[in-house]
Amino acid sequence: MQMTGAKILMECLVEQGVDVIFGYPGGTILNVYDELLNYPGIRHYLTAHEQGACHAADGYARATGGVGVCFATSGPGATNLVTGIATAYMDSSPVVCITCNVELPLLGKDSFQEVDITGITMPITKCNYLVRSIEDLADTVREAFAIARSGRPGPVLIDIPKNVTTETAEFEPVSRQKHGMRGHLAQLMKRSSQDFKAPEPDYRDIDKLVEMIRASEKPLLICGGGVVRARADWEFEELANRIDAPVGITVMGAGGFRGLNRLATGLVGMHGSQASNMAVDACDLLIAVGCRFSDRVALNPASFAKNAKVVQIDIDRSEINKNVETVHHIIGDARRVLQLLNERLPQLRHDAWKDYVFSFKTQTEYDEAGDRMTPVQLLDAIARIAPRDSIFATDVGQHQMWAIQHLHFEYSGQLVTSGGFGTMGFGLGAAIGAQVGRPDKLVIHLAGDGSFRMNLNELSTVQYYDLPVITVVFNNGALGMVRQWQTLTCGGRHSQTTLDRGPDFARVAEAYGLAGRRVTRLEDFEQALQEAIACGHGCVIDCAIDIDEMVRPMVGGGSDITEFMID
Amino acid sequence: MSEVTRHTLAVLVDNEAGVLSRVARLFSGKGYNIESLAVGTTHDPAVSRITIEVLADDRQARLIRMQLRKLICVHSVKRLPPERSIRRELVLIKVSAPTHEARNEIIQIANVFRSSIIDVSTGSLTIAVIGDESKAEAIQNLLGEFGILELVRTGIVALERGQYTIDEQTKEKGEFDYGKNVL
Repeated sequence: MQMTGAKILMECLVEQGVDVIFGYPGGTILNVYDELLNYPGIRHYLTAHEQGACHAADGYARATGGVGVCFATSGPGATNLVTGIATAYMDSSPVVCITCNVELPLLGKDSFQEVDITGITMPITKCNYLVRSIEDLADTVREAFAIARSGRPGPVLIDIPKNVTTETAEFEPVSRQKHGMRGHLAQLMKRSSQDFKAPEPDYRDIDKLVEMIRASEKPLLICGGGVVRARADWEFEELANRIDAPVGITVMGAGGFRGLNRLATGLVGMHGSQASNMAVDACDLLIAVGCRFSDRVALNPASFAKNAKVVQIDIDRSEINKNVETVHHIIGDARRVLQLLNERLPQLRHDAWKDYVFSFKTQTEYDEAGDRMTPVQLLDAIARIAPRDSIFATDVGQHQMWAIQHLHFEYSGQLVTSGGFGTMGFGLGAAIGAQVGRPDKLVIHLAGDGSFRMNLNELSTVQYYDLPVITVVFNNGALGMVRQWQTLTCGGRHSQTTLDRGPDFARVAEAYGLAGRRVTRLEDFEQALQEAIACGHGCVIDCAIDIDEMVRPMVGGGSDITEFMID
Repeated sequence: MSEVTRHTLAVLVDNEAGVLSRVARLFSGKGYNIESLAVGTTHDPAVSRITIEVLADDRQARLIRMQLRKLICVHSVKRLPPERSIRRELVLIKVSAPTHEARNEIIQIANVFRSSIIDVSTGSLTIAVIGDESKAEAIQNLLGEFGILELVRTGIVALERGQYTIDEQTKEKGEFDYGKNVL
């Protein structure tokens, strides 16, 4: 059937089962938005800013495990996506961004709202495309989705010149299972040894690791983002129980292993618990699953786990030995590798080793300082009052670390946070995406006052679509994490980190048509949170906390993992 | 950290716009300096072959190969060790030759190197040399005293010796098992 490019695009999205799009229209993407009106089955969420749309698509992908989709126009619309794309790329989140560009004959002439977005996003996408011919459009969209979701997932961008959206071509629907048999994708599939699936792990590698585990007296597991991405919670827990090994959890791995499990040692790395970091230093075998040993985990790669044989399990071969030298690795999907390991492992016991590790603290104890609420009191109250399966989207900074240290996540996708890229302003957009993807869950957006100010324009999206997202602002009147670094490493000179200025977040919320509360006492917070959950609409609770509260413990960047600057 | 040496990488890629910048970006993004780069189509018009020479230690070179293989536009990547491959580049050198004697002497040097004179004018000679970088360097040194006016090199191209090709599966662990690209 002959169709316009815009219609072909929409038909391809239907093929992929897309029912939610986050986006923002504009001049070049006009025809796509016009065609969107003919697809009532696809819900479009108009955000306040393209960055919010991209974060929402990312949050949707992280919370649901599916692919997030966002639309933006050319030029500034496309560049506004960039931070969102980079955020998704660093955390391996499958997002397909569709931008339109100026008409092909105008390309390269510095036309109005023209930008080389494929050039700009090259380093931050798994792959990107400029669709020059309408003949290629359908197969390009199919390939883009296949690439975004398979292997190690990641964002993909498709840039479509405006004329391609109006031209017509023959379109024939193809079911998703058959996409790999057509066009360029078919060649790609031929080149990779396994079709869309992750490579099947080498059984000899598995057996070797089983032997290493049997020989180990002090094994340690690290639960990384790959466990969350593969939704391998159950398999990971089984492995931990079988080996009877303590488990350190990375920021991206939070939720992959139940935080309240008796084997969990808490966060590992810069703000890792004493138990986690001491275990890394003392273990004789460290098995990292889906963890790339970033500089926030392996602070000093040379001394990291210096007494241990390090084993990496990852789907991406290029991660092996990238940051930390390993003695063994297994390539494959975390879930499959863990299944194979579990099949081959007997029940082991490591009581003495566990006694040693758990003689250290798995959590930081904070003083309850007089009249001010402490972050931990707030988080404990949230854990008490909110349903246990609530989804938490965070921004970046102190509140993020406190939340990951003190909320005990129970399942993959429960925490939506920008771990790799550390994008302030990520949280609200991501919370919107998570709420749209998981309407059955309560979504709580945890923010700092600095992060929240960056993208709080998305409160209009929360209000318009009546999304019951609750924003809890940890308001210390400062860029707390930077201030903490200044306190510890700049001799206490606080340069440009004091936010002794507005706005009044409660009144901002009201201006957006949402309920807003400012609380300074714990009882008031508890009451405000209960009311917010009960009312079922979006709400902002602005909580005053102390400006000098720090994230503890902390190990300085580049230091040995046990060199705590502060306990 | 192991010794930094010159690594020759052969990369088969889609013959499409933007592919070269994707590949080159990977090197600049990771802070590696490309010593030499040559691109051209192959016997299959849909496929181009890029030969890249880069200074790196073994670990870095391995990471580069892994990163290259992740690019969707990359079909295959192979390291060509110097002892098992033939490497050539074409160098064009324009030399100042104002006198009869100079011209004669330059022609003699060119003959010794089995290179050809491809252009002659009253004041200059242009010589085409094919060889690896040591040959190019040697003739460059000899011609230096006459005054090199201009010099251009194509960059090294390389093939593996013997019957093996870039598509050949090898048993080298970490090189070709599990496929070249994890989609």
